[in-house]
Amino acid sequence: MSAKMKTGQTAEIAGPKKANIFPNADVAAAMIGKAKRPLLVVGSVSTKLETNDGDFVDTAIRAMKNKKVSVVATGHLVGEFRSRGVDNAYSMSIFVLGKYLSDPAWKGFDGNGPYDVVVFAAFPYYMEWLVESGLKSFATGLRTVSLERSYQPNAQWSLGWMPEPDWRDALEKIVSRLEEEK
Amino acid sequence: MSKKDLRLKINELSSSIGVFKGLDIQVGRIVDEEWEEPMGPTPMPGVSTLRDWDRKLLKRYKPFYMPFCDLCCLCTFGKCDLTGDKKGACGLTMAGQQSRIVMLACCIGASTHAAHGRHMLEHLIEQYGRDYPLDVALNTTVEAPHVRLVCGIKPRTLRDLEDALDYVETQIVQLVAAAHTGQEGDNIDFESKAFHAGMLDHVALEVADIMQIATLGFPKGDPEAPMAEVGYGTIDPQKPVIMCIGHNVLPSVDIIDYMMDNNLFGEVEVGGLCCTAHDMSRYNKRSKIVGPISWQLKFIKAGIPDLIVVDEQCIRTDVMDHAKEIGVPVIAASEKSCLGLPDRTHDPVNAIIDDLVSGREPGVLLIEPDKVGEVAVKTAIEVRKRRGEKKLFNIGEISELAAKCRACMECVRACPNTLPVMDAMTAAKEGDYSLLAGLNDLCVGCGRCESACPVDLPVINMIAKASEDNLLTEKYAIRVGRGAIQDVEIREVGSPIVFGEIPGVVALVGCANYPAGYGDVAAIAEEFLKRRFIVVTSGCSAMNIAMTKDEDGLNLYEKYPGNFDAGGLVNVGSCVANAHITGAAIKIANIFAKRPLRANYEEIADYIHNRVGAVGIAWGAMSQKAAAIAAGCWRLGIPVIVGPHGSKYRRMLLGDKTNEDDWKIYNARDGEKVYVGPVPEHLFYAAETLEEALVLTAKLAMRPNDTNKGRAVKLSHYIDLHKKHYGAMPDDLHLFVRRAQDVPFTMKDEIMKILEAKGWEEDRIASPDPTLLDRMVRRRG
Repeated sequence: MSAKMKTGQTAEIAGPKKANIFPNADVAAAMIGKAKRPLLVVGSVSTKLETNDGDFVDTAIRAMKNKKVSVVATGHLVGEFRSRGVDNAYSMSIFVLGKYLSDPAWKGFDGNGPYDVVVFAAFPYYMEWLVESGLKSFATGLRTVSLERSYQPNAQWSLGWMPEPDWRDALEKIVSRLEEEK
Repeated sequence: MSKKDLRLKINELSSSIGVFKGLDIQVGRIVDEEWEEPMGPTPMPGVSTLRDWDRKLLKRYKPFYMPFCDLCCLCTFGKCDLTGDKKGACGLTMAGQQSRIVMLACCIGASTHAAHGRHMLEHLIEQYGRDYPLDVALNTTVEAPHVRLVCGIKPRTLRDLEDALDYVETQIVQLVAAAHTGQEGDNIDFESKAFHAGMLDHVALEVADIMQIATLGFPKGDPEAPMAEVGYGTIDPQKPVIMCIGHNVLPSVDIIDYMMDNNLFGEVEVGGLCCTAHDMSRYNKRSKIVGPISWQLKFIKAGIPDLIVVDEQCIRTDVMDHAKEIGVPVIAASEKSCLGLPDRTHDPVNAIIDDLVSGREPGVLLIEPDKVGEVAVKTAIEVRKRRGEKKLFNIGEISELAAKCRACMECVRACPNTLPVMDAMTAAKEGDYSLLAGLNDLCVGCGRCESACPVDLPVINMIAKASEDNLLTEKYAIRVGRGAIQDVEIREVGSPIVFGEIPGVVALVGCANYPAGYGDVAAIAEEFLKRRFIVVTSGCSAMNIAMTKDEDGLNLYEKYPGNFDAGGLVNVGSCVANAHITGAAIKIANIFAKRPLRANYEEIADYIHNRVGAVGIAWGAMSQKAAAIAAGCWRLGIPVIVGPHGSKYRRMLLGDKTNEDDWKIYNARDGEKVYVGPVPEHLFYAAETLEEALVLTAKLAMRPNDTNKGRAVKLSHYIDLHKKHYGAMPDDLHLFVRRAQDVPFTMKDEIMKILEAKGWEEDRIASPDPTLLDRMVRRRG
């Protein structure tokens, strides 16, 4: 097993179908950047994750400069966006969102159609593990990406395990790419 | 009824000694003919009897599965990969397999409570006789709402409870059989069976609790049940300490009796962990509640006990290892958990004590509770003498231990809450123990960090030792479990609950697998107590609620009354006392609304679902028993919120508020199908954060039957909490406001503008006499 496949919690080992690991952050940036309707799903750990922008809420707000990127905050996190002057982040429970994403008839938050790439970040490890497991089996047409700094095996693509500075750099590349394409 | 009984009725019998008319001979039990209420439609329902009701709920609250494992490995065809649209060798799908596991978890939980009840019933019948009366609550005639509702039995004596348990056990066998390879394959039918297991579970809970209330003299629904003590600091570690762990109070009762009989309460400490502790305090408030399940490992490893007595459920399966580490013996008091120990049930007491004190036996199995008291007390006294000076947290210098840490992070990866153990070790190397101490309140005490550590650091003990000064003085007040809600209380609050003027009943129940420490449950309780909800609690949650004090040094039990009324904090007791919480909802339907109770499950559940604004919160739910308890709520239509770890139950039951068809119900007045809005919106939901749970709880308390005033009260709480934690008004108010009168007066202008922008129309959402059951329609069109 490659070091990159180290899970955030020891026993959270998925299989037989497991996430691919991005060879580098540029590939992740390209995949998300090329998506037609990407959805960034931001979890409650966001305020505890230090990034180059401040915390992950700040990083998500920066990603939102790309108009095609929709952001949904789970838990009660949307309050953080609002307190930072951002009113166009959506709010939904992670599992209710999982249920909607599993419904091929769902037209998204704006009613304009289903999302093609759904990107998860900043969750309690096992919660993301579980919702991505649900999507792996019940939303098989959906491309799911994990931006956590440990391997999330139930996503289709994961950044994989990496040291914190590398993870910050990876996020920087991804968000910069989204900014360039705004 | 019991198949063991024989009844012979003869209209007229001529014999050599005369003519007998109306002869009725009974061998076995006397059949109760005194209950005037006619038998309802579903006495002792079978596995599929209530299937239609379940499917009504499951059509609205569709399962969302999150497989915890992609494989099935239950038969030799396997392992089978079920990912996506794959099927197993037996044909089972992923949805089928997940629902099967959910059902099995609920069956394990229900079996555990039923087996607990059976063990106690056999013992109590032997001790008190089958005809011992069931006097279980003051000012109460509906003594056993679940047994009446499900079984159609009005239990008067211990004997009657045998019938209820016979029924439960028979049904659980049927359910488990459905999980065999090549049986049930439909996920919704598995879900219905999980609901069935939940319903059975609540019968078993009720049976188990009312028999111990009746026979052991527990508080009988007393709102002013006595205060007891909870916390490490309640125990004087220098005295002989007996530590009772588990859920079945009978061995502990024998210990307390022995101490009372021999006037030893001042000399020997007896403390309990987990629900046994609750029931010990209900039996005798002088026994000490050490704490919830999460303190088990910490307390033992600290070296405080001189003897450990384990009965059943939620005990550490490796308790022998930890007892050996601190050099104390163990008594196992249940055949469900023999721990590899020799059965000494029938040996002389002194021989057993000699073997335990000398260390010839590390522990013994004593299946009958009657001998436990004397053996435990005498052994603890002698072991205490043998141990000499009791050194607590005897692990040496923390910094020296921490120096061995390799910073491999395995402890962090093993921790369920990803606590920063490694950072704490790094600081401890330098003599800074503050980070370690800070972990104490957050740690769920599972010990996985120690298991994972490649250099075998005693992480749990290092955390405990770092917070030793606080830990050993921690002492809190707790009102002991009062048991049932009295009928007179139900009469008082029935109307304001059903019409919504009491904004809801919040039940904080379940285990201690919290995501961020035990303070959360007290925070939830206080939020809703201040808002004049009725807050009911049990089990580990009831203990943890006690463990937060305000600036005046008072906790919630000291600040709020124990009656079942707005702003009351009601500790019903141990896990098995959870039946009184759902029982209260049933009694509202029966006593306040006069709905027939006897074997009338569907109608009562329909009433509760549409009218009683009750919400269960199991913030630290961990066990299969918690799953079964939740399932019993689901079948009654009561929504349940679990904390983040509850997502590992692997399926949610979620409503879709955007699909109007899901929220159409009958108006019982004229049979018309009307839209009532998404109330309650979900049936089983894992919240990611405490704040999310607070907002959702207020929201899930809404019911179609709310009056305008009631809905306005409930909306005001929902809106207030939403604004506080989400930073804005909710965006779905148009789904909950039926008429302008529903709008909280103080927010009228603001809300009416929002409604206008959403295209809201008055009365598009109906206020019917709500029912999901066509047969409850009184008059057609």
